[in-house]
Order: sequence, then C-alpha cells, then structure tokens
Amino acid sequence: MIALRIQKKLDGPNGDMLLDLDIQIQKGQFVTLYGASGAGKTSTLRILSGLLQAEKGKIEVNGTTWFDSATKVNKKPQTRNIGYVFQDYALFPTMTVEENLLFGLPKKGDQKEVTTLLEMMELVDLKDRKPTTLSGGQKQRVALARALVQKPAVLLLDEPLSALDMKIRLKLQDYLLKVHKTYELTTILISHDIGEIYRLSNQVFVLENGKVIKSGTPSEVFLNDTISGKFKFKGEVLKIEKDEVVYLVTVLIQNEVVKVIAAASEIKRLTIGDRVIVASKAFNPVIYKIE
Amino acid sequence: MNWEPLLLTLKLAGVTTLLLLVLSIPLASWLATTKSRFKPVMETLVSMPLVLPPTVLGFYFLIVFSPNNAFGNWLDEWLGLKLIFSFSGLVVASIIYSLPFMVHPIQAGLSSISPSLKEAAYVMGKSKLTTLIKVLLPTIKPSLLTGIVLAFAHTVGEFGVVLMIGGNIPGKTKVASIAIYDEVEALNYAGANFYSTVLFVITFCILLAVYLINGGYLKRFWK
Repeated sequence: MIALRIQKKLDGPNGDMLLDLDIQIQKGQFVTLYGASGAGKTSTLRILSGLLQAEKGKIEVNGTTWFDSATKVNKKPQTRNIGYVFQDYALFPTMTVEENLLFGLPKKGDQKEVTTLLEMMELVDLKDRKPTTLSGGQKQRVALARALVQKPAVLLLDEPLSALDMKIRLKLQDYLLKVHKTYELTTILISHDIGEIYRLSNQVFVLENGKVIKSGTPSEVFLNDTISGKFKFKGEVLKIEKDEVVYLVTVLIQNEVVKVIAAASEIKRLTIGDRVIVASKAFNPVIYKIE
Repeated sequence: MNWEPLLLTLKLAGVTTLLLLVLSIPLASWLATTKSRFKPVMETLVSMPLVLPPTVLGFYFLIVFSPNNAFGNWLDEWLGLKLIFSFSGLVVASIIYSLPFMVHPIQAGLSSISPSLKEAAYVMGKSKLTTLIKVLLPTIKPSLLTGIVLAFAHTVGEFGVVLMIGGNIPGKTKVASIAIYDEVEALNYAGANFYSTVLFVITFCILLAVYLINGGYLKRFWK
C-alpha cells in the first residue's frame, strides 16, 4: 500500500501553488492522476520517486517509510525501487535497446529477465538498434521494458502515450495492462485521455491547483453529470448560415465539426465563438464500430 | 633539423590536455548542475584566460611562483616543486591558460542533456558517479572530443605565458612557438619556417580529424 501525505510549494502557472495531497493507494491498483497542466501531477510522481523533495509530510510504501519530514527520513531515489517511464522516454542514446535494459538490471539480477521482457514487449528484433532509429511506439515499449527490469513494486508513468497516434496507443494500453497484471504492480499513470483512463485504471484522482478535488472509479469521476442518459456535448459555434426557412449552425465538438439545425428564435441568442451544449432528448443515438 | 622544441611542445600539450580532462569533468559537471550563488564567479574565473593577455597571466605566475615569495617558497620547500623556468611550471600555467577550452564544451554538452536521462539512471539505482561515467560522458562524446582537441591545439599555440614563466631553456621550456621567435630574432628564416610548417600541418590535421569525426563523415566512409 502507498500512503502519501505531503506538502510542497511549487511554481504553478499562476504563481506559487501549494501541492497538498493525502492519498492512499492499495497494492495492485492501477491509478490515474488526471488534471490540467500545472496541477501538480508530475511533481507528485517526482516526489514519490525521490527526485523532488517535499517540504512536509510522510511517504510510506508497503510498510517502509520512504520519506518523513518529522524524523528526517529521506530514502534516495536509487534505493526506492521504482519503475519510472518519463514523458520523453529518457532512453540512453549511446546504448542499444538491449544495453538499455541490461543497464537497469541490478547487480545480482538474472540476465533471463531481460530476455523475457524483450520477448514480452516484442522487442527481440530491435534489440541491437540504437534508440534514435526507433519509432515513438517502439521507444515507448523500450522505456516500459527498461522500467520493469529491476522488478519494481511501483510503476510510475508520466503521460507515456500522449505523443502517439490512436492505433499504437490502443496497442500499448494492452501492453500496460499485461505488465500490470503479470508483475503484480501498483501503477500510477498520468493521463489526459478519458478513454485511456477507462480502459486502464480502477481509481482516478482529479488534481486541481495541487489538491485532489475528486476521486473514485473512472465511472464515478467522469459520469456524474451525464448519468441521466441524455446525449449532450459541449462545443463552440463556428458559423451560422441561413438555409431557406431554417438556420444551420456549425459547431466544433472536441475535434469534430457538426451541423445543427436551429430556428430563428434560437439563433437570436447565438453569436460565433459562443460555448454551447448540443443535446438530444427524444432520439436514441446509434452506435457504429469504427476501425 | 632540431626536433627537440617540437617534441617538447607535443609533450607539454599532451600532459596538459590529460590533466585538464581529469580536472575539467568534475568542474564542468558542477557548473552544469549547481544552483550555487558562486556559479557566476566560478564561470568568470574559468573564462578569464579567454580575454586576459597571456603576458598578464604569465606575469602573475612569475610573481606568485617565485621562490622569493611565500607561496613559491612553500611549494619549493614542502613539495620540492620549482615552477619558475621549469617544465612543471609550464604545465601548471598551460592548464590554467587552456582551462576554458576544455571546460566550456563539456559544460555545454552536459547542460544540453535532458535531465530525465540522469534521473532515469538514478531511479534505476545507479549512483551519481556511475551515471556520469556510463550515461552522461558517452552521450557527450563529441563535446569531450572538442574539448580535448581545442585544449591541445591551444596549448600548442601558446606563446606569451610560456615566455614569461618558462623562458627559453632548450629541452626544458623551449617549445616550438618560442623556438620560432628565437630563430627569427637570429634571422634564421629557414629554421623558423621548418617549425612553422610542422605546426601548421599538425594543427590542420588535428582540427580536420575533429570535424570529420563529429560530422559523422568517417562513419559513413567506413560503411
């Protein structure tokens, strides 16, 4: 179990910000930290791994104290046995894929562990390549494999999939689930992608300005206001055109542009750039699978 | 032809470069990571030889290391080091004179590495020293090479400092640049031309080698 109770002053996007957390994570959980940039997500991972020091508080992992400001305990990052996948992958450019993994192997570690991971991540064919010659998805798999070589109890993932396209993302999510189960890890992920969070995690902490404002299962956190079954989306008005007797309003919803018919009375209150909600009450939406 | 001054130059440059490398790696990695208030002062001191006339440097070395002074006397009595008009004096002076040429490239190289690289090594349980030797230094190999070559070439080309502190003792402090001056003074242009040509060729070859290696031309050629 991870018990994290820490306070740390940070330079947030709007000046000084106090990161003030008190969270418990059970062993074997797959947890996501969700929130806007600068909310303190990465700092939380860095404090947990010892790369950043909190001012006050206590960190306990599986019964061992890693940090305690009261008794001045502060285990070095080297001794915390954490697997950390960085946002920029942080692969060692002078080493091949296999050497990157071997570097992480503890002194008494078994070389077979490296072979197993290379096979599991389907990296055997790439093992003699240098990181610069790999694609984003391949680099990601190497970074993940390397983080697991030392058999960490806790795996930290800092937006590991954000730079990848959708198809590779889905595949890597499968890898993440696989290693999470195989190695019985406690995993903490930073992600902005709600779909990804649904697929992977069973607990979400929503951070805002250094504090947890919401937590629970993904459904509890993200479904609250849409649970009524209504079909509604937030968007922005791009264009309003007159077409015969009705008006056509073009709305941007996420990355999709849709056209909605509106009556003259409804148009009166709308201008271009307005934030609007597009909702449907009477009809049942149809779901198609896309590939 | 007398090869002695040329061999002495190469020996001086070789010893200086080697000692500088050992000295500059810790200094540059400190400068690249520190948030100390003394960093600007240290950076200034390291860069001073870039702008200071070599004769100024040589003049103060002469004063400080002179056995008539407390420090020079102490060095002589306790360590048996005579730094005036001796080869070891030239080495010490050259180290300080060429310090920025070794420290700057290494510092720039280390600063340009993403911090996550060393943090990744730390969370993998590696000490700071192991991380430096196995991860950081191999990554900045081109910067190291640049530093080594610039420091070497700069030491080969030094004149003012050597003249001030070393004088012109054949076999001890008479390096090629001094020998050239000496020959010209004696109106022996053929001798001066010999030393000059050799130095010209050596420096051209060294710098060419660096650009070939750092530009990746050699790798492409071997393939």
